[in-house]
Amino acid sequence: MTADAGQPSVRGTAPDLFNKFQPLIDQRAALLAGGITDPFNLVMERVESPTVAICNGRRTILLGTYNYMGMTFDPDVIAAGKRALDEFGSGTTGSRVLNGTYQGHRECEDALREFYAMDHAMVFSTGYQANLGIISTMAGKDDYVVLDIDSHASIYDGCALGNAQIVPFRHNDVDALEKRLKRLPAEAGKLVVLEGVYSMLGDIAPLKEMVAVSKAAGAMVLVDEAHSMGFIGEHGRGVAEAQGVIDDVDFIIGTFSKSVGTVGGFCVSNHPKFEILRLVCRPYVFTASLPPSVVATAATSIAKLMSGGAKRTHLLENSKRLHGGLKDLGFKLGTDEPQSAIIAVIMPDLERGAAMWEALLHEGLYVNLARPPATPQGMTLLRCSLCAEHSTEQVGEILGMFEAAGRKVGVI
Amino acid sequence: MTDRDERLQTILRLIQDFNKKGVEVGEGTRFAQDLEWDSLTVMDFVAAVEDEYDIIITMNRAAEIETVGQLVDAVGELSQPGKA
Repeated sequence: MTADAGQPSVRGTAPDLFNKFQPLIDQRAALLAGGITDPFNLVMERVESPTVAICNGRRTILLGTYNYMGMTFDPDVIAAGKRALDEFGSGTTGSRVLNGTYQGHRECEDALREFYAMDHAMVFSTGYQANLGIISTMAGKDDYVVLDIDSHASIYDGCALGNAQIVPFRHNDVDALEKRLKRLPAEAGKLVVLEGVYSMLGDIAPLKEMVAVSKAAGAMVLVDEAHSMGFIGEHGRGVAEAQGVIDDVDFIIGTFSKSVGTVGGFCVSNHPKFEILRLVCRPYVFTASLPPSVVATAATSIAKLMSGGAKRTHLLENSKRLHGGLKDLGFKLGTDEPQSAIIAVIMPDLERGAAMWEALLHEGLYVNLARPPATPQGMTLLRCSLCAEHSTEQVGEILGMFEAAGRKVGVI
Repeated sequence: MTDRDERLQTILRLIQDFNKKGVEVGEGTRFAQDLEWDSLTVMDFVAAVEDEYDIIITMNRAAEIETVGQLVDAVGELSQPGKA
């Protein structure tokens, strides 16, 4: 931070605590001075379906929602939520360990246990809190957390909340992981934290090899499967299932805010002592539980995801078609082949990324603009996440919009 | 040459692979401010140092290291037998 950034505070010489944000404030001001729509302040005035909303009065195809399985408007899911509102009220006003566990929370955990075929399931109020809670609680002071450098913010924040020793390794590099594990003291507790799908580039992890080297080193393994639930793996349990190592994973973290179509987070595990976490995990204990309508929609949605085979196939077809189409148009993509339902289009810089984002919005398409520090290697990305409810025609429309916007902005 | 001098020379050599801006480097050089390294470069460099000495420099420890001289001392401590 530079000492002369911003104005001195009124009282004394202590700086305005906002000064540390001055570089970001300046960068945003410069970007918006060009007359561009703020990419981080979009309001959806109406939402018509999992794939269409009205933004600035315009019908907009949604291609950046993580609503992979399109469950947000499922009639059974909505009916379950309405019924729970009527029968249990609008909120629990309580912690899970006090007055915040209703029948619905139990049913939601039952649905998760069944979905993952695991012994234990613990529902958190958000996916962020699930990572925060499990990582900070499981890894104590003299333990080591070994994590991929491209891990999600919630994983890093889980490390920051706890007081374990943190050891990062190069993204998806099995050798780098193995080398580090071998250098750690044999007697120290170790938690290896991986993700099935990395959400910025949409690439998947070599979990088969990574879980094997972790287990060989005596480490416990946590895999965040937020971006794979419902459509990767034979039963939709994620990349660990698809690669045949789910039985060696100690903790799977997931979220309700993507494929499940509501909000909330969870951890499933087969560890016999897992239930003690309900008493010692602070992000679980010291917050209010999810509203009854939310857990009811989640439980219904999870049960339906178990039989979502046709949707799953269509989603992966959509992903393949969009990936191939964008590549043919000359866009630079985050992965050579489509590996998940996320397709990242790499922009040359933030200015052109923002211009492209706005041009797409004018065409009637919403994607995520992602930039550092959320992105790896300082990249600016237009992140597209497909939905099983995108029709084949919509994917064609999307490609047309990318072509028009790309030519207008001059990135293809 | 003392052990510390040797470590300094080794680390200065490792820095050169990442010193894209050609900054002149000494004991007092700061990684973030003077070399202007981003987080990925820092990680790659730390990994190179770790591999050279077969040690682990945790993020907790790395956060306390600002200058080349501090790194030389930290590597010295971490390289002692029995330290992780």
